[in-house]
Amino acid sequence: MTALAVENVWKYYGDFPALRGIHFEAARGACVALLGRNGAGKTTLLRILAGLSKPSRGAVRVLGQDCLSEEVRRATGMLGHGIGIYDELSAYENLRLFAALYGLPDAHRAAVEWLERTGLERVRDGLVREFSRGMRQRLAVARAFLHKPSLLLLDEPFTALDDRAIALLQGLLRESLAAGATIVMSTHQLREALELATHVALIVKGKLAHAGERTPAMVDDPGYLYRTYGEA
Amino acid sequence: MQYLRQVWTIAAKDLRSELRTKEALNASLSFALVILLLFSFAFDPTAEMTREISGGLLWLVFAFAGALLLNRSFARELENDCLDVLVTSPVPASALFLGKALANWVLLLGIEAVCLPVFGVFYNADWARQPGWLALVLLLATWGITVIGTMFSALTVNLRLRELMLPMLVYPMLIPCLMAAMQLTTALVAGQAPEGDQLAWLRMLAGFDIIFTALSVALVETVLIG
Amino acid sequence: MREKILYILGALAALLLARNIWAMLTGLPDEAFQGAIFRIIFFHVPAAFTCFLLFFVALIASISYLKTGRMQWDSLAVSATEAGLAFGAANLVSGMIWARIIWGIWWTWDWRLTSMLVCWLLYAGYLVLRRAVEEPAQRARLSAVLSILSFTVVPFVFFSIKWFRTQHPQPVLYGEGKMDAAYRAMLYGNWVPLLMIAALLVAVRMRQERRLRELDALRREAHAF
Repeated sequence: MTALAVENVWKYYGDFPALRGIHFEAARGACVALLGRNGAGKTTLLRILAGLSKPSRGAVRVLGQDCLSEEVRRATGMLGHGIGIYDELSAYENLRLFAALYGLPDAHRAAVEWLERTGLERVRDGLVREFSRGMRQRLAVARAFLHKPSLLLLDEPFTALDDRAIALLQGLLRESLAAGATIVMSTHQLREALELATHVALIVKGKLAHAGERTPAMVDDPGYLYRTYGEA
Repeated sequence: MQYLRQVWTIAAKDLRSELRTKEALNASLSFALVILLLFSFAFDPTAEMTREISGGLLWLVFAFAGALLLNRSFARELENDCLDVLVTSPVPASALFLGKALANWVLLLGIEAVCLPVFGVFYNADWARQPGWLALVLLLATWGITVIGTMFSALTVNLRLRELMLPMLVYPMLIPCLMAAMQLTTALVAGQAPEGDQLAWLRMLAGFDIIFTALSVALVETVLIG
Repeated sequence: MREKILYILGALAALLLARNIWAMLTGLPDEAFQGAIFRIIFFHVPAAFTCFLLFFVALIASISYLKTGRMQWDSLAVSATEAGLAFGAANLVSGMIWARIIWGIWWTWDWRLTSMLVCWLLYAGYLVLRRAVEEPAQRARLSAVLSILSFTVVPFVFFSIKWFRTQHPQPVLYGEGKMDAAYRAMLYGNWVPLLMIAALLVAVRMRQERRLRELDALRREAHAF
């Protein structure tokens, strides 16, 4: 059973198809770099995978179950454009909240553990609104990983991250992949993403123009994909 | 059981957030107190006039104050895209809704608890003559306002002009609930225990609460997930 | 073909209305207390019936949209709601004219008129909500939910306002006593052309919706790429 199966997904906004027949699979331990111009449909697809929006046609299955089900949500971690943490709560309260929402048996311990991993234990009781940008980013990363998700969805994660956060994220991504998680990452930062990626999927005007393994040629020349698969 | 725990976690988070910043609470409470005081000053109602209008005045004040509070309910989740994180989490949309409604209910009841003594002082009204019944009416009618308001907060969360639209949409829907509350409160503040007609209002209020809670719980997922 | 049907419907409705009005003015005697203006009831009451029938149609269309996701149901919902608002307005205006002529006042807080006003505001909110949402599927989804909530509150509105008002003395818009058979026949009889006009309005509006949707899809396609 494949880890992630996107089965002929269409998404209409009114009568306009934003996604047309997206169909691909990813195995455990695969990291799919989702590429495409702005407006091609990357964010739309990620939102469907995250259960934020329903496909007009088709389905998404994670380990055989529909991605909107509770079990799949429990195993999904998301890092979107916004950081997804509460400014008026402390770092500890934030992690504790999300640990509880994800049904972790010992929310307190999980929160403390991740505060240490991200180097935020000294400011655990500080309100997030007073944090520097880098600290907020690290806390957001903690939030996404703390329930040890087996499906990770990242929307342009390397944009606007500082070096420390990038290093943290890359380390966590490698660790998750080694543990058998599946990652789908949309990105413009081709180099950082392509280093981690095992597969690529290129979306052009809502259609899947290319899906396959990442080749060394792609890493050396990131623009290659766009030129080869008909992007003007 | 887990569902209730999730509802409670959301409610606790909202309460903690609001009590820490007190933004909506302050705006709401000040607005309510200002209306109460201004009305007393402008009309200087006699004891008899007060007896007649007590229910109407109090519930108009609570409804306006409530709108300020309820607007923030889902809107506060938009900062930092927290709403997306909540919807994507394993917490069902209905639990998210009930948790927020619960928090709003507690906050609005708090505002009412502050307004009543102020009303008593500035209008020389002895409002606590039927404390048990009054508490019941407060709990039921506030829940009606909260359920509708929270639902519409979810409905309008992603729309522009949200602050303008929410009151426009919510007030017509609240009319039955407010009428019942007004009738009951006027009688209770005057010291009469409910009987006959009044009990019919109470039953309608309860029916309103049950039906709209059920409808909202059923529909909120459709509203939040596109 | 469809256009022809609509024209025929319109012509029939016009004919029926003309015949009814002629019958009203010549056939039925003046009502004992209210005189000639009483005839306004033959529009005032059926307009209210039609209004709520259309809101009910909007409810069914909204539920159907949520179940199937097909935009045609959304078109029906908005068309029926708009037509309903038109008939509701007709009811309100005819009520105001009546009140003005009989009692010399423009508005009376008669419980039926008040309830109609509140319901009208409720559904006007539906149109306001639609204006605020750009994206057609989201607009359809949110307004469908609003339509369901609004229709559910309609009976509550009527009951609560009726009880509220009956505790205060107030003018009643028309007698509660049983109407003469001839009057009743005309009341229901005049409902038929009104229903035909309602169907006409809804059909025309739905065609407009379809064209708007096509335009919107083309525009999105052009902008996206």
